[in-house]
Amino acid sequence: MKIFATYNIKGGVGKTTAAVNLAYLSAADGCRTLLWDLDPQGAASFLFRIKPRVKGGGKALIRGTKTLDDAIKGTDFDRLDLLPADFTYRNMDLLLDGNDKKPTQKLAQLLRPMAAEYDHVFLDCPPSISLVSENVMHAADVLLVPLIPTTLSVRTLDQLTEFVAGFNGRRPQVWAFFSMVDRRKKLHQEITKDLQSERPGVAATPIPALSVIERMSVERAPVTAFAPRSVAARAYRALWYEVQQDPKPPRTPQLNRGPARW
Amino acid sequence: MTAGGLREFVVDSPAEEDSTLAAVRSALSRAFMVVEEPGAASSGTHRRTWLDTFDWRLYKAGLTLRFEQARRGGRLVLSKADGTPQAEQQVTRWPRRPGLAGDLPDGPVRDRIIVLTSPRALLPIVKAVSTVSVTRLLNADGKTVARLVTEQATVTAPAGSTGADTTAELPPRLAVTEVRGYPGQARRAAGLLAGVPGVSYASQSLFIAALTALGRHPADYSSSVEAEITATMPAPVAVARLLLRLLDTIELNVDGVLRDIDTEFLHDFRVAVRRTRSAIKLLGTVLPADLAGHYAAEFKWLGDVTTPIRDLDVHLLGFDAMTGQLAAASPADLEPLRAFLVRRRAREFRRLAAALRGPRFRAITDDWRKALLEIRDASGPRRRRPTAAALARGTTERAFRRIAARGAAITPDSPPESLHDLRKRAKELRYLLEFFASLHDPVAYRKVVSDLKQLQDCLGEFQDSEVQRHEIHALADAMLAERAAPAATLLAMGEIAAQLAHSQVEARAEFAVRFARFAGPAGQERVRVLLEGRR
Repeated sequence: MKIFATYNIKGGVGKTTAAVNLAYLSAADGCRTLLWDLDPQGAASFLFRIKPRVKGGGKALIRGTKTLDDAIKGTDFDRLDLLPADFTYRNMDLLLDGNDKKPTQKLAQLLRPMAAEYDHVFLDCPPSISLVSENVMHAADVLLVPLIPTTLSVRTLDQLTEFVAGFNGRRPQVWAFFSMVDRRKKLHQEITKDLQSERPGVAATPIPALSVIERMSVERAPVTAFAPRSVAARAYRALWYEVQQDPKPPRTPQLNRGPARW
Repeated sequence: MTAGGLREFVVDSPAEEDSTLAAVRSALSRAFMVVEEPGAASSGTHRRTWLDTFDWRLYKAGLTLRFEQARRGGRLVLSKADGTPQAEQQVTRWPRRPGLAGDLPDGPVRDRIIVLTSPRALLPIVKAVSTVSVTRLLNADGKTVARLVTEQATVTAPAGSTGADTTAELPPRLAVTEVRGYPGQARRAAGLLAGVPGVSYASQSLFIAALTALGRHPADYSSSVEAEITATMPAPVAVARLLLRLLDTIELNVDGVLRDIDTEFLHDFRVAVRRTRSAIKLLGTVLPADLAGHYAAEFKWLGDVTTPIRDLDVHLLGFDAMTGQLAAASPADLEPLRAFLVRRRAREFRRLAAALRGPRFRAITDDWRKALLEIRDASGPRRRRPTAAALARGTTERAFRRIAARGAAITPDSPPESLHDLRKRAKELRYLLEFFASLHDPVAYRKVVSDLKQLQDCLGEFQDSEVQRHEIHALADAMLAERAAPAATLLAMGEIAAQLAHSQVEARAEFAVRFARFAGPAGQERVRVLLEGRR
């Protein structure tokens, strides 16, 4: 089982759309796939028309009184299941910080039994710096970081990369990709071009800012499902192949900027 | 699709199929939005072939094996009778000829079935071409919460080398499948379906329904006698029924013998011939004298014509076990012998095939059946005596006494022929017991057969060891004559012959104990209870 997580400290950068579309493509490729909507806002659950509710809430899952297995719902698509969001996830930090000796490893521990059932798991994280995000980074094999092509976003990637490099033992691979790219903006063009040439671990495929992606919330389905031949769907497919074809981007990219703080 | 659970239904009247399916849709619309799903993975045309051995070994073990054909290759799926999956494996293609499980590539299905089916081949039992359509059942959010799978299947029973395939259309089958996390919705949909007039729960899996539609039923072949005989039936009728049943077995196996599908077709064929010969010999007194005399000779010919190839089959089937016992020689030393046996078998097979396709065999089966049917169905006044029960009792008692007397006369100095003769008599008794099994008390029957089987195994080991030893010598001579015998092979064959001699000595030593158990006072009492009942 390979765990992918879409993560960025900022909100509204395309984490959920990426998680939803890449999970759909994984399932369409024949892999048994689970998407865990960890964001209490429940956007991924909404997109799959699944009620953002887990019996017993996040507490039951984290404390183990309910298994993940019990909470999983089938989506409308073959091989793709969803662990829905729940509004109680807003308190997940507190739950994770309970009596456990390794509070940063709790999600990894909960996901371990899923290995027999799924080939790929996608974690759609809420935008935050928290114990939840730290758990996600420890659980994930691949951290997918959507970046809006701005200087500040790039700086955020550096901070994240350095943070991950500081992990003892197992570290996730960090794969950044540009999201919501507006080709008409010169700054977007320059930053995408420069960063891809300067840094390893940055996907060559950008996800453009397109209205068809926004339509996902109207269609309540992945764009890769309802408009599979669209430019957006093709971009997600190219990104998915890229992420899979090069399974070993450098785990700790060389930093060429000033020291980062986390 | 799983077999016959509470979520599978069948349309009762195919003539009203359209209106029933419309009623199904209407019923489901009361609780769900009903939307076709043309692109569903399970929709489209499915080609499946169910496989089993000729004697239904998988079915009898509670298993079902099917080959699901895909655009390229396919997969073998092994499941329990209730549809629970057990194992599956991809295969590039299914061979046109029936094949042995051992010929499959390594995989979990092969591992599960190889011991169970060997040495029998897997035959296509039923083929089904299904058109499957999927309908999504949506809740108020537009989320798929269950699916209705409609399957319309055309099923075919593959013909043998002669005759045409038999085909049947099955009534549409409906199944409600659950979407994970929404079990209540699937239950609700199934409940609605159950209330639609013209729709009922599927009581049979698709496989069994297909067999039924094709006029077959599972395990419809068995090499055992199982003739319909009653105690009060006139003896000639009972014997005719027995012999007709044996003739059926002979004829059912001819196609498999001629297509050389596996060795057991010939084995079952020969057993039925042997039983026929014994029945003619032991029970033929109730048949017209000229009939019994003529067919005794004809079935002897049929037995003789099949002997060489069966002997070679026995050598080849036991070849690996035989080489595994070698201590001094290497298994590779015996490979020239295996090649020689295979060549000789090919030659003998041509002779056998010519005989079974020839007029003499056809005359035996056709005329014999005609004569037996006349006896079975003879109308008008008929002698009531002897009855089947009296015939069974008299012949069984005589056969037992014969064995007891001849066996008691055997001493350590008696020649091997005396044991060979006893083996034949024991086999005759066994056949008599089997012929009239339905007239005996099952417990008493099992006890006598168990003792007899122990004795037969011992006598069989003794004689088979001797026969095989002589055959090894004869094969060595033949290989030398054809210059196909390297020295290492002859030495290895010598080692095998020595082992056979040792087995024969052991069997001989065991004989006295086995015979005493069978024919001693306790054994005699068991036979008496069988024939007369408890006092």
